[in-house]
Amino acid sequence: MKFTKSALALALTGIVLAPQPSAARPLRNGGKLLLTNGISSLEGASGGGLTPWAVIAGNETSDGIGLSAHGTLVEVKDYDYQSAGVAVGFRDRIEISYAHQNFNTNDIGTALGLGKDYAFSQDVIGAKIRVAGDLVYDHLPAIAVGAQYKRNNNGTIVRAIGARDNEGVDYYASVSRLFLSRSILLSATARLTKANQLGILGFGGDLKDSHSLQFEGSAAWQLSRRLAIGGEYRSKPDNLGIAREDDWFDAFAAYAVKRHLTATLAYTDLGSVATVKGQRGIFLQLQAAF
Amino acid sequence: MSFLVSLLFLQAASDMGPGTPPYARPGEESVDPYVADNRNAGASPFDGEGMAKAFHGQDGIRRIVDTMVEASSADPVIGEIFANHDKIRLKRTIFEQFCYILNAGCSYTGRDMAASHKDLGIQKADMNRLVEVLQRAMTTEGVAFQAQNRFLSKLAPMRRDVLQK
Repeated sequence: MKFTKSALALALTGIVLAPQPSAARPLRNGGKLLLTNGISSLEGASGGGLTPWAVIAGNETSDGIGLSAHGTLVEVKDYDYQSAGVAVGFRDRIEISYAHQNFNTNDIGTALGLGKDYAFSQDVIGAKIRVAGDLVYDHLPAIAVGAQYKRNNNGTIVRAIGARDNEGVDYYASVSRLFLSRSILLSATARLTKANQLGILGFGGDLKDSHSLQFEGSAAWQLSRRLAIGGEYRSKPDNLGIAREDDWFDAFAAYAVKRHLTATLAYTDLGSVATVKGQRGIFLQLQAAF
Repeated sequence: MSFLVSLLFLQAASDMGPGTPPYARPGEESVDPYVADNRNAGASPFDGEGMAKAFHGQDGIRRIVDTMVEASSADPVIGEIFANHDKIRLKRTIFEQFCYILNAGCSYTGRDMAASHKDLGIQKADMNRLVEVLQRAMTTEGVAFQAQNRFLSKLAPMRRDVLQK
């Protein structure tokens, strides 16, 4: 694992430092079309709400550096969740992101023996490289690969409920395209992960303690320059014997309030979470991007 | 040799039928001679009349192009790129290009996208800015958003030839 991480860091450094034709020109920030930077997914990568897209954070093009910051609230039947994070985009090519996630068990905490309002938290550091193509222009769709290092801050508890580890790395590849002729954006992601409920319930478990391949997808219909509506799906592993894990769905509307501010409202179905089923509710996010 | 070249250009001009060569219309600054061809428009036209209707025919397209060129010239970001351009010729050739692609009954007589954008120093952010100016012009004309995007899907692949290499 250590080797993989250093290899990734080395590869990233190589790409950032490699001379590019545009490197001779001064940096120029901003310039993406509205909404084409995506929103911030739960784990901090740019994309949809539940899944990354093959887009890079910030409003920069290949001539600049961009930045985004987000705050997300999810209120489902028995739990609430908050996350906040920042991401940097280099030349619309490389994205480095950080997100802090907080998951509050409210009254269920008592039932689980953790105590009322017991909260799990996790930090996620992500890196993503757009290896080819473009979301809007060119023949090839945007294609990106990424990794997310996740560290759960409740190691003792997640081990007690059956998780094998409190940290893990997800690896993913995404393909995304805005089909202008139909005003439709489609994105698909394949992810290798050991994470239980994103990692909030740890990594691996009694049922399975290895990476499994999961699929995620978004479809969006652009109604105006500023407004897109759509739906998402994310399949999940099911590693823990005591807490079944379901696939996730949402239906969303994303609105570019201003050039630098995107608001997203979604209705989301997280299925069974930490032994309590039927977790449906509202997802709300504000993202600022420059 | 120069006589032969002139003869070739005369030939090319006469191929377009009667009228002035496309590089020397009255009221326009002259440009280096070239051969006019619809393929220079950089995209194939839509089938049927639907898109021409969505853009309110040649009158609507002319209003959109005029608005777009004026707004681009006044734009704080991309205005500079348009500053030294012959706006009369620019409006005419972009009108022809849009009209041809939208299948509204025109031929395109301008240069190809690589030649017409050569050395303008256009970056991706400029191209996206122009798209937004064009979107506003189409919205002002009352073109439905889905039809706007259908049209933009014809222009998007031209970016390769438009950007500064």
